[in-house]
Formats: sequence, C-alpha cells, structure tokens
Amino acid sequence: MPEIRVTPLGAGQDVGRSCILVSIAGKNVMLDCGMHMGFNDDRRFPDFSYITQNGRLTDFLDCVIISHFHLDHCGALPYFSEMVGYDGPIYMTPPTQAICPILLEDYRKIAVDKKGEANFFTSQMIKDCMKKVVAVHLHQTVQVDDELEIKAYYAGHVLGAAMFQIKVGSESVVYTGDYNMTPDRHLGAAWIDRCRPNLLITESTYATTIRDSKRCRERDFLKKVHETVERGGKVLIPVFALGRAQELCILLETFWERMNLKAPIYFSTGLTEKANHYYKLFITWTNQKIRKTFVQRNMFEFKHIKAFDRAFADNPGPMVVFATPGMLHAGQSLQIFRKWAGNEKNMVIMPGYCVQGTVGHKILSGQRKLEMEGRQVLEVKMQVEYMSFSAHADAKGIMQLIGQAEPEHVLLVHGEAKKMEFLKQKIEQEFRVNCYMPANGETVTLPTSPSIPVGISLGLLKREMAQGLLPDAKKPRLLQGTLIMKDSNFRLVSSEQALKELGLAEHQLRFTCRVHLHDARKEQETVMRVYSHLKSILKDHCVQHLPDGSVTVESILIQAAAHSEDPGTKVLLVSWTYQDEELGSYLTSLLKKGLPQAPS
Amino acid sequence: MKLYCLSGHPTLPCNVLKFKSTTIMLDCGLDMTSTLNFLPLPLVQSPRLSNLPSWSLKDGNAFLDKELKECSGHVFVDSVPEFCLPETELIDLSTVDVILISNYHCMMALPYITEHTGFTGTVYATEPTLQIGRLLMEELVNFIERVPKAQSASFWKNKDVQRLLPSPLKDAVEVSTWRRCYSMQEVNSALSKIQLVGYSQKIELFGAVQVTPLSSGYALGSSNWVIQSHYEKVSYVSGSSLLTTHPQPMDQASLKNSDVLILTGLTQIPTANPDGMVGEFCSNLALTVRNGGNVLVPCYPSGVIYDLLECLYQYIDSAGLSNVPFYFISPVANSSLEFSQIFAEWLCHNKQTKVYLPEPPFPHAELIQTNKLKHYPSIHGDFSNDFRQPCVVFTGHPSLRFGDVVHFLELWGKSSLNTVIFTEPDFSYLEALAPYQPLAMKCIYCPIDTRLNFIQVSNLLKEVQPLHVVCPEQYTQPPPTQSHRMDLMIDCQPPAMSYHRAEVLALPFKRRYEKIEIMPELADSLVPIEIKPGISLATVSAVLHTKDNKHVLQPPPRPTQPTSGKKRKRVSDDIPDCKVLKPLLSGSIPVEQFVQTLEKHGFSDIKVEDTAKGHIVLLQEAETLIQIEEDSTHIICDSDEMLRVRLRDLVLKFLQKF
Repeated sequence: MPEIRVTPLGAGQDVGRSCILVSIAGKNVMLDCGMHMGFNDDRRFPDFSYITQNGRLTDFLDCVIISHFHLDHCGALPYFSEMVGYDGPIYMTPPTQAICPILLEDYRKIAVDKKGEANFFTSQMIKDCMKKVVAVHLHQTVQVDDELEIKAYYAGHVLGAAMFQIKVGSESVVYTGDYNMTPDRHLGAAWIDRCRPNLLITESTYATTIRDSKRCRERDFLKKVHETVERGGKVLIPVFALGRAQELCILLETFWERMNLKAPIYFSTGLTEKANHYYKLFITWTNQKIRKTFVQRNMFEFKHIKAFDRAFADNPGPMVVFATPGMLHAGQSLQIFRKWAGNEKNMVIMPGYCVQGTVGHKILSGQRKLEMEGRQVLEVKMQVEYMSFSAHADAKGIMQLIGQAEPEHVLLVHGEAKKMEFLKQKIEQEFRVNCYMPANGETVTLPTSPSIPVGISLGLLKREMAQGLLPDAKKPRLLQGTLIMKDSNFRLVSSEQALKELGLAEHQLRFTCRVHLHDARKEQETVMRVYSHLKSILKDHCVQHLPDGSVTVESILIQAAAHSEDPGTKVLLVSWTYQDEELGSYLTSLLKKGLPQAPS
Repeated sequence: MKLYCLSGHPTLPCNVLKFKSTTIMLDCGLDMTSTLNFLPLPLVQSPRLSNLPSWSLKDGNAFLDKELKECSGHVFVDSVPEFCLPETELIDLSTVDVILISNYHCMMALPYITEHTGFTGTVYATEPTLQIGRLLMEELVNFIERVPKAQSASFWKNKDVQRLLPSPLKDAVEVSTWRRCYSMQEVNSALSKIQLVGYSQKIELFGAVQVTPLSSGYALGSSNWVIQSHYEKVSYVSGSSLLTTHPQPMDQASLKNSDVLILTGLTQIPTANPDGMVGEFCSNLALTVRNGGNVLVPCYPSGVIYDLLECLYQYIDSAGLSNVPFYFISPVANSSLEFSQIFAEWLCHNKQTKVYLPEPPFPHAELIQTNKLKHYPSIHGDFSNDFRQPCVVFTGHPSLRFGDVVHFLELWGKSSLNTVIFTEPDFSYLEALAPYQPLAMKCIYCPIDTRLNFIQVSNLLKEVQPLHVVCPEQYTQPPPTQSHRMDLMIDCQPPAMSYHRAEVLALPFKRRYEKIEIMPELADSLVPIEIKPGISLATVSAVLHTKDNKHVLQPPPRPTQPTSGKKRKRVSDDIPDCKVLKPLLSGSIPVEQFVQTLEKHGFSDIKVEDTAKGHIVLLQEAETLIQIEEDSTHIICDSDEMLRVRLRDLVLKFLQKF
C-alpha cells in the first residue's frame, strides 16, 4: 500500500530547529534544516543520525528544501551538508540563496568568536554548502528527477519566503514554511492555488491568536515609541537584521517625517545597508505598492535612520535603536539591554516571538530579575512591551490557507503543543479532515491510494462519450475495453483493437436454445405472436420481424419450427453470441413462460 | 489541429492555434514598418518638413495634395502614422481563450486585440515582458500623442487611388486595416488582462492542455512556449538567442520530442555577426566623437541598449571618452534603467551572481552614478540646460518617424561631422532616412540582431528533432536580395511547412490517445494475464466519469440486492441493458482436453464427431450439441439455463477475454 510518511526532526510541537522528513512515493525529502535558539548544546541542531543509520545521507535523501532565510529554518545547513555530509541538491528561492549565507556567517561569528565554540562550521563550509544550492523561482516546476517535482509559492513571511509543493505522480505534499496571510508594509500575502495535496504541513506559531487589525497594532507601537521618546527615554527594539526590521523602519521613517521628530533612530549593525540593498534588488518579491512606486521612490532608502555606534548607547537624551538579534539571546541587542534595563524611563519592545530559554522569553513572561553570566543579577526596571509584528499567519490565516489548498490531511508543526491541540480540533471540525501534530522523532503515516494514469485510445473514449455524458445512477453504462501493459506503458483500447494489435483472431461463442411452446397454429402465426409479445415488453429494444419469417431482438435471432413428433408444439430456436449473453438468457426464460393468450 | 496565421511579418508573429478544445493565440506582433510611409512627426516645428512640395497624380488631379508630400523623389503620407494590424477577419477573435506572449516586442498589437474584438480570455506573460512591454507601449503612445496632428489621411488608401501611387506606397499591403495608435487607457486595460508566469511553470488550460514558458535567451523574460497534452506536444519558438548577452540562456532541452515545432522570430540580418557589429559600433562612435562630431543612436528604450551601455562602460576609458556625455532620452528611460536592475532571476548566471553580493547586475548603475550617463524624459526641460556637445545620444524611435530622434536628425543632419549609427534591425535604414534626404550626416549601419541564424536553427533542429516544422514562408527560400544564398533558409527533413498572412494550415498530426485515470479500487480488481512475453492484458469494465476535461474510470457499481419485495416488480425491471458489453474472446478449444473436462464435471455419454472444419461434441443424454471450430464454438441445447451456463463456463476456461 503506498503511503506518505512524515517525521519532524525539529519543530514537532516546538518552535525552532525546523526540520521535517517526508517520504512520498519512495522519494525522501528534507524540509528545512534549522537551528534552535534556545539551546547551546547538541540539541540546537536536528538529530541527523535518525535519517539513516548506515549509508550516506546523499544516497537516502532525494533533495533538501529551505523555505526561508531565518536561522531556525536554515541554521544547521552547513553542519548538515559539510560536517555530517550531504552532496545532493538543496533548493531555495533566489533571495533566500542571497541572504542565507550572510546570516549563517553572522551566526558563526557569534558562536565562534564571541562564545569561543570549537568544532563549529567554518566560513569555507558555508561557501561550500551554498554551492550545492539550486535556485527555485516562484511557480516554476522544478524536476528534481524524472518523478519528483517541486514548486514554490509566495509565502510573504520574509523576503524570499516560500511554500513548497512536493509532488510525485498524483501524490503531493505542501509545506508552508512560515507564512503570512495579510500583506504588510513591505511584503505581500501568501497565496496558493487549489492544488488539493494529500497532506498540508503548516506552521502554527499563532495557532490560538486572532490578531486585531494591523493598523491598530501599528498605531499602538508608534504611540508607545513616541511617548517614551517624549519623556526622554530610550527605546530598544531587538530585531533580526532582515525582515521585520525593514517593515518597522518604514513605519518609523514615515512617522518621523509626518510628526517632524528629531530624536535619532539608529540601526545597529553594518548589515542594514547591505540588507536594504538586497530589498532593492529583489524588489519583485515585495508587495504591490512598493513594486509600483520603486522607480520614483525606493522605500528602502531611509533618511532618518542612521548607523549605530557602540558609543551612542551611553549618549544622554532620547533615541530609538534597532539592534540584533531579535530574541535578546546574544550580541548587541543584549549588550544595550543590559545598559538600559535599570532605567524605568526606557522601554524595550519585543516585536516578535521569543524562544524558550532566551532573555527575551524570560522578560516577556514577567521575570524582572535575570541571572546573567558570572552570577550577576540584572534587575529590569525598564518597560517591557510585546507587539506581535512577527509575520506569521494567525489562526484565521491558517484556516484560510487550508481553505485555499483543500488538503486531504493537515499536519501541524512549528508551534506549541497546547496551542496546536486547540487548532487541531478546530481544523478537524471545520474541514472534516484528519489533523496530526507529531512530536519530534514521531512518525505519521498516511496511506494513499493514487489512481493509475493510462492512455485510452481516442476512438474508445469518443465512442463512450458519444453515448451521453451523464451517468445514469440506476443503470450505469459500462465502458468495456482491454488494458495492454507493456513495460511501464499502459494503454486502454477497445477489445477489437487489442485483438488486432496482438494479431489474434476472435473466437465466436454462440448459443442456440430450443424453447418448446404449446401452440397448434401455423409456424408463421406463432412467430407473429412471439413478435407482438416481445414488442410489447421490450419497448427500449429494437424488435424486428424479418421477411424470412424470423424475429430479431437487437442481434438475437429467433426462429420457429414445427416439432417433429408433436404437431401441437412448436420449437423456438433462440440464438445469440456471448456478447449478448444477458439479453439472450433473458429472452429464453421469457419465452419459456409461454405466450399470452391471443386477444380475442 | 489548425494554425491560423494572422501576421505576415516573420519576426512580429501572430498565430492562432486550435488544439483539442482550446483556441490559443501565439503572440500579438504589430507590424510598424507601415509607419515608414509617413512623414516624421517633429517635436519642434520644422520648416523643412512643412515646406515639402505636395505630390499629385499625373493627370493633374489635386485631391491628394494635402495627403501626400514629396521628398527627394520619395512620396510620403502627411498624416498621423498608422500601424499594420494582424488579420482580424480570418477567425472570430472573441473565441480566443488565451494569448501567450513570447517577448515584449511581440505584444505591441495587444490593445487592438483585447479591446476591440470581444476578447474575454487571459493573456500569459512573464513579469519582465509585462513591465518592459508596458514601457514600450507607454513610449509609443507618448511619442505620438505629444505631437498632435490634425490630419488623418484616407483618400490615398482608396484601392483605385493606391494603384496609381509610386512605390512603395503602391505595394503597401492591407492599407485598409491600418490603424492609428492606441491610447494609454487601452494599454492599461489590455495589460490588466495579463497573468504573470515564471519559466517552467505548468499552466493548465481547461484541464485539456498544459502550456509552459521556457527561457528563450533573447531578451529579459523572453520565452518560448510548449503547448502539450499527455500525448501531443507543440513547441512555439519565437525570438530565441544562443548568444551570451544579458538574459538567461535558452532552454533547448525542453523542446525535445515535439510533434510540431512552430519556428518564428529568426534574425533579420542573417549575414551580420552581432559581436562584430558591436565592435564596429564602438569604433565608429569613438571616431566621430574624437573628430568633434555628435553620435545619434536610434533605439528602443530596452534590450540591446543594455548591452551597448555595458560595452561602452568597458570601452570609454580606454578609448579616452571619459569626458564625453552620454544621453539616454526617452519618456521611460529612467524606468527602463531601474527595471533592468530588479529582474535578477531573469538574467544570465554572471549577472545573477552579482545580485548576491549585493551589487546591481548592470554596470549602467555606475555610469549613472559617475554622471557619465544621464537620462531625460525628453529634450524639453532639464536636458536643454545640461546639453553639451560633442555627445552621444540614445533615443527613439528606430523608425525615425516619431520621438526625440526626429529632432536630432533635423539638428545634426546637415553636418558631416556627425554620425547616426543604426543598431536596431527592425527597419531598413535607407527607408528610415528617406524623408531626411539630402543628408550630410554620416550613416553607419551596425544592425545587432542576436536572434537565431540559419546555422543555429539547423543545429537546434538536429538537437530537438521535431517531427514537423512550421515557419513563415520567408524562411523557406533565400532572402530576395540574396537569392543565390541557399544557406540562408531553413533546411530540414521533412521540409518545413510554410505559411503566409491569412492562411489556415492543418497541422499534420493525428491524436490517438488521451489520458485517463484508473481509480485504485478498480485497478485492484483487474486481473492481468501475460499474453506474450512482456505484454500483459486485462479486461476492464468500468464507469467513465468526465469532469473538466479529465477522465476517470471507476469500478462498476455492485449489483443492487433485489429489494426484498413486497412491491410488485415490473416486468421491465428485469430487462437487461443491451449497452453492457461483454468482452471479446480469443483462442481455440482443444477437443480432447475439453472432453476430459466435461467428463470431470460429470457429463457422460459424450460422443465426438469430426467435421470438415472441426468437431462436434454430442452430449446425448442432455440432447446437447457443441460445434467446435478453429475460431468459433456453438452450443445448441434445450432451454435449460443451468446446463447452458455450466457449459458456457467450461468453454470460457479455454478462451481469453479481451
């Protein structure tokens, strides 16, 4: 029995370390290859030894697909391909291909240079890994091999984020990666056609959230920033260099211009300018509005936002700083946070999801005394705000996507178990499909029943279609043909054609039954009676009385003869071929019952 | 399957393909060579043009005075220029389901088709094709609308009058169908019907046909199209290039195994080598500028100009031209330069890798940054302040009939220091220059046409091996001016089928198979028998379901249990449906084994008689007779259904069903 098997190595009832193994029609595909921000030990990477005990990954996996450039989706890629060893193709969109190595290098630097980790992947490994990447354009059908094909759809989450359809024959799986169903200031909304996959694997970060309108959230954000700046406080916004940062920059830039504000806005890393350059060159991946106006004004050229220098953090007076990384787990954002945390005039705004174990997650869950390295305790007096700007689909959006794609089954990943549970019930109720939420290392197996494509000869098909297209529920018409199977070539042809192609002669099987009737009249009269009897019953059939004295019903022949011994008995000879079996058999039993009395 | 050929211009095609139940228009080219018959539209009042003498018929009849003007022995129509549209009467264009566009040059007639024929379908094109096509249309509309001309000449078009005119007016074809340019509103409406597609995207049309655009290597976003069902494949090749310029290379492999390959858009200058022409372009440009002259390059706002700017970027410093200003003047110059930088995915590999750095893929960004290249929407405004000579000006339109180029020809035409360099191959440069004669300016002809030449076509056809080739008639004979060059035509076997404007071709293939899906439950119930080594058969009886042109075979419904009958059954309920067909039989019955089988099943008193053609088996007790011959068996018995069915099944054991 064919089946689809799915095993999350990461992101099973969890956020972070996305890595999902899919087996479909004998093909093995790995979806994403992420790292976990919450761990610094072995657990930060997926357990690739699970994939195959012995044998090379390259032999087992047909391809790897990366949905977008966030490290929890691609952070383990160089480790996987260069240190564990994988030489097969890695598919991603061009923006992901451009930005991914930069973020990987950033990640490597923090891990090796700042934290002094050994046995980490090197810059060269990132380069070698990227050489295995094949770019996939939106809606392009990429033939991985003769049978396996993949297709990317726009996901909106960050620049270049894509959902992927993986298809073998008539079986298919769609993996959403992270996506966003509402367009934002720089990206469009995710979209997929009604591709009816066997399985939809969707993220569920905001499984229980129904977010209010984006406009309200934006107003809220601007109000909070404005108030803090007005009272002379400093605002820290931890972000990842690419993605949310650009949207918030556009938002603040236009606000500053409108309100004529003077407080400086800084962006922390040198990556910004480069990042903005990527946005300019990949403008076709942004939303309609930006694409339409880019010739007149490029939205990613900011006037008010300047590069940050470490020394600025100690400057007096108000300021707004965007600093990386977004979860306050390391780097510059954490440094600035430590400097500013003690002052209640200041504010930190967390614009996205924070993984468990990070400082971001701790302060968001209300912790105000943090244990830092060296047993130091940091007291957090500054205001802590959470604004969900993270571009994930909310519950409504997830339901909307399921409605668009019309899958047979749904599988949830990239979310918290409790929230998934809720969404799972909702999905099963609303769409009447099975919904799964495997934990890491747990396998979900879905039996599939793919139909078999064959070629039907046009003659046979047309003959059948000419009979009328609407099947009659009561008396379904049967198409009769012969399936010729030669190697993997399957053809359905009419029986006559099959015989002809194989050079065989038809063998005719004919039956003739003798039916005895008590009837003293002349043969001709008996025949007349048989004729009118049949004519009255078989209204839908062609009943004919031929000049030679015989009666035909369709191609069945009925003749009458006198009985050799009994003149009061006539013998009816009913003759038909095997192809008219049902009707012939019916006629004999009908005639055997005798004829009705002649009307007087 | 039929092909309706609506355009006679081999590089600006417009064909309609009827394939299965779909009607597909392939390209929508607009033949603009018709404008060569008109006087140029000057941006600034030109005394020379307005003082040209009128031309009248030999009999002195002067009613054409206002319409026709004479310049250096050539006659021109003094009117708003008009374009030669594709044929609109050959087929009802409202029945066209989709239009496939192959590149931005081949869509210029789109507004005429989508806005005025009752067309209600969808147009498919890539994003660069749409965006740059929009720029070309915008420029065209702008060029024509900003020089309002009161007069629209029509007398000369009268057939009896046209006959009396001198060449080339006399020979102009289909003049009655010539139309003035569309409006921006019509352009916007037409372009809103475009649905964007990516290379190698599979697009289903009504479940019957699948179309796929493939990179053609000629221009940004240019595509060839594959139109296929499961058993037939038509490739439409239009404007392809194998040279490495800026676009993504041509995808040849996907064109393999075509039943029919429609080949259009080959190079218009098969004898010129584009690389050599670029070299000549650079050296002539440098020579003129060094001598203190100006260079005028009539061009389209997108396409080859990117390559020319790139060559100049590498060339100007070494040629000592660093201080010479380069001007690019077009209403869409800025947009074109900006757009070229954002289509990384559609560029050749070298340019794509630049974007990953991130750097702009084209070096004209640097030319603009360093002020070496300046762009202006027109000669009015900022340009007149910045204008310095000697200089190099890129501007349109290549027909020299409208656009800023008209002004520069009037301005520079009188001095032999200046040079006009023709790089666009769409218009004959001599005809283009005719209304400017006499001209002192130097003229250099360096046509750069990167599309396939005949050697490349012949290699391509060998590579992809289509069963049949269809092409415009111009490609099946040498060019009229070089009739001895038998190498300048398509040579393939079987010979290419050619078409001309307003012709309908029946394409030479017969569809024999169609895809159908067998549901898994039905497949499970099939019993394959190996008939010959490697060939198995299974008889199928199933219910056919057809929806959205997709066919599915489902298992026959289980016979419904007779409803335990209190209701009286009507006689007719029992009548079997004669449409239920039984399979055919094949094989023969070995008499001895058959008799043994009968005995095994309890028949006794069996007698076998030989006949001329076979045997007769007699079951005397049952008064039954079975005639067995090579290809037939006849069972004659009393109306004992049980017996008959038993015998039937025993006979069937020896036969195969089909």
